[in-house]
Amino acid sequence: MSSILVFCSVQDHRIKRSSLEAMSRARHVAHENGVPIEAVILGSDASALVSEAAQYGASCVYTISNPLLDAHLNAPVISALDAVLKQVQPRMLVAASTEAVKDVLGALAVRSNAAVLPDVASFEWSGDTVSCQRPVMAAKKMAATSTHHPLVFVSVRSGSYEATEAPADGQEVAVPFEFDTASLGITLREIVSQAGDTVDLSEARVVVAAGRGVRDDAGRQLVQELADITGAAIGASRAVVETGLFPATAQIGQTGKVVSPDLYFAVGISGAVQHTAGMANSRIIVAINKDPDAPIFDVATYGLVGDCFTILPLLNAALREALA
Amino acid sequence: MKFCVCIKQVPDVQAAVQTGRMVLNAYDASAVEEALVLNASNEDPVDLVLVGGPAATETIRKALAMGASDATHLVTDDVADSHAIAELLAAHFREHDYDVILTGKQSQDSDAGLAGSMLAERLGLPYATNAVGLAVEGSTLVVTRQGDAGQEIIALETPCVVTCSNDMNNPRIPALKGIMAAKRKQIATQEIVTPAPRSTVRETTDPPGREPGIKIEGEPAEMVADLVRRLDAEAGVI
Ligand SMILES: Cc1cc2nc3c(=O)[nH]c(=O)nc-3n(C[C@H](O)[C@H](O)[C@H](O)COP(=O)(O)OP(=O)(O)OC[C@H]3O[C@@H](n4cnc5c(N)ncnc54)[C@H](O)[C@@H]3O)c2cc1C
Ligand SMILES: Nc1ncnc2c1ncn2[C@@H]1O[C@H](COP(=O)(O)O)[C@@H](O)[C@H]1O
Repeated sequence: MSSILVFCSVQDHRIKRSSLEAMSRARHVAHENGVPIEAVILGSDASALVSEAAQYGASCVYTISNPLLDAHLNAPVISALDAVLKQVQPRMLVAASTEAVKDVLGALAVRSNAAVLPDVASFEWSGDTVSCQRPVMAAKKMAATSTHHPLVFVSVRSGSYEATEAPADGQEVAVPFEFDTASLGITLREIVSQAGDTVDLSEARVVVAAGRGVRDDAGRQLVQELADITGAAIGASRAVVETGLFPATAQIGQTGKVVSPDLYFAVGISGAVQHTAGMANSRIIVAINKDPDAPIFDVATYGLVGDCFTILPLLNAALREALA
Repeated sequence: MKFCVCIKQVPDVQAAVQTGRMVLNAYDASAVEEALVLNASNEDPVDLVLVGGPAATETIRKALAMGASDATHLVTDDVADSHAIAELLAAHFREHDYDVILTGKQSQDSDAGLAGSMLAERLGLPYATNAVGLAVEGSTLVVTRQGDAGQEIIALETPCVVTCSNDMNNPRIPALKGIMAAKRKQIATQEIVTPAPRSTVRETTDPPGREPGIKIEGEPAEMVADLVRRLDAEAGVI
């Protein structure tokens, strides 16, 4: 019987929240179409995470525990997912639109003869049609896109759906997997991580994002302080990443990450479309900018016109008191 | 190394109003720039290939003016998705050998981000996506790719495919000399039939707008007090 298969991305020994969001939506869609919801987890943590996938509704969890799948290499992941797809023969494969998923989605679609609806804001399945709404033109437009292909991959933008629990059996099925590394042609040399122990951007409830207006170390300190007080992850515009003040992993926007927290502080960010493409779905947006005509104010819930070097110390003090 | 960059003509997404002005996909411009820099001290080519209508010649000229060597224009007016593009490009590369094929990490208009890895799979080549840096070491291409948490440094044996981020560099603005030279260059054209796409865009609409916000003005201390009150009482986020 056909099912919806959800690929669970793993980070720091947990299933990423964005995968659980995608699974929660997939569960609804599966229910509407009277098919089961199943999950696939790859890598050495796979077996340990079966119960978490079950907690969110997976009736069956396919695992491949080969440590080669932890190595940030696309070729083995494609082979592994292709093997699972061949065994399960689902109607759809649903995943969170992470960088690691984007890395394999196109090649996997060719390998397993699937259509792809990438980076969607919403999706549904009815009859022989899978359709979605996806932001295009730097999120200035929404494109209603559909396919009748018998196998469809859907990757979902983080924050598009709520992650909700619905416990199911979640029986583990280990899928056999062999991979010949000799012909790989690709090796990982090193991972350069600057993220440290900070909160994962795409999962954060509060994001403090800095732009070029946060021009120096003193500005970065103020932003860091605001993030510490509010338990936020730190984001950044492309312009300020270019200066080297913030790491590239913090970049939010068309090239960078998509976030949709409850609260987003845009500090010294002008609000170019390529930036707002990654954050305009945040629930509450606070913009601090000294230019009253900055386009960021068009998307801001609360706009403060002024110098961030004056405003942030006051705001940090006031929030520290309010949250004490 | 012999490079070929797949380039696409896209609407100018940055424009407030769409006037029909078309530009070179920004991610592809970065790919062209990187190949030119890597080949600056040798005679190896940086070729181009584009699938698109006759008017896309303008975009090919722009990339030639940056300094690219030769260009192939696969001419079609049909609508294509990433699948169809990858199939057409794969057919092209089966006839033309390169060490490295570069694409953009995504099209600025459709934001799909699929064609590069689809092409690699069709050609059976190793690949890396979302590259922010490239270096040549003998016959190996060393790619720095932006991952979810940190940057991954990956060695690819050539031939290979890499999809490029615009965070890799700032593409050069063609100089007059380059523009003149590009005008004289012969572009190889080939009429093609586009394969059926696997997905279709039924309709394009404006995204749901945001509720109009409130601009808080005044003395900094007053603004801050007002904001904190609203975040608590009105928005309920703190
Ligand atoms: C294909 C493409 C993809 C892109 N992808 C991204 C992306 O993913 N993310 C992204 O962010 N950008 C992206 N960009 C770049 C984007 O177009 C903008 O250039 C960038 O977002 C600008 O960053 P900024 O707002 O920090 O800088 P600026 O535009 O320079 O704005 C700085 C702002 O700070 C304000 N300011 C200055 N000093 C102060 C102060 N003391 N107090 C308060 N305010 C102050 C100024 O009024 C100004 O509004 C992309 C561009 C292209 C072409
Ligand atoms: N019509 C085209 N002609 C040549 N290359 C293209 C074309 N469309 C897409 N590409 C390449 O594929 C990349 C984007 O893939 P995608 O986002 O899937 O459309 C672009 O950056 C180009 O390098």
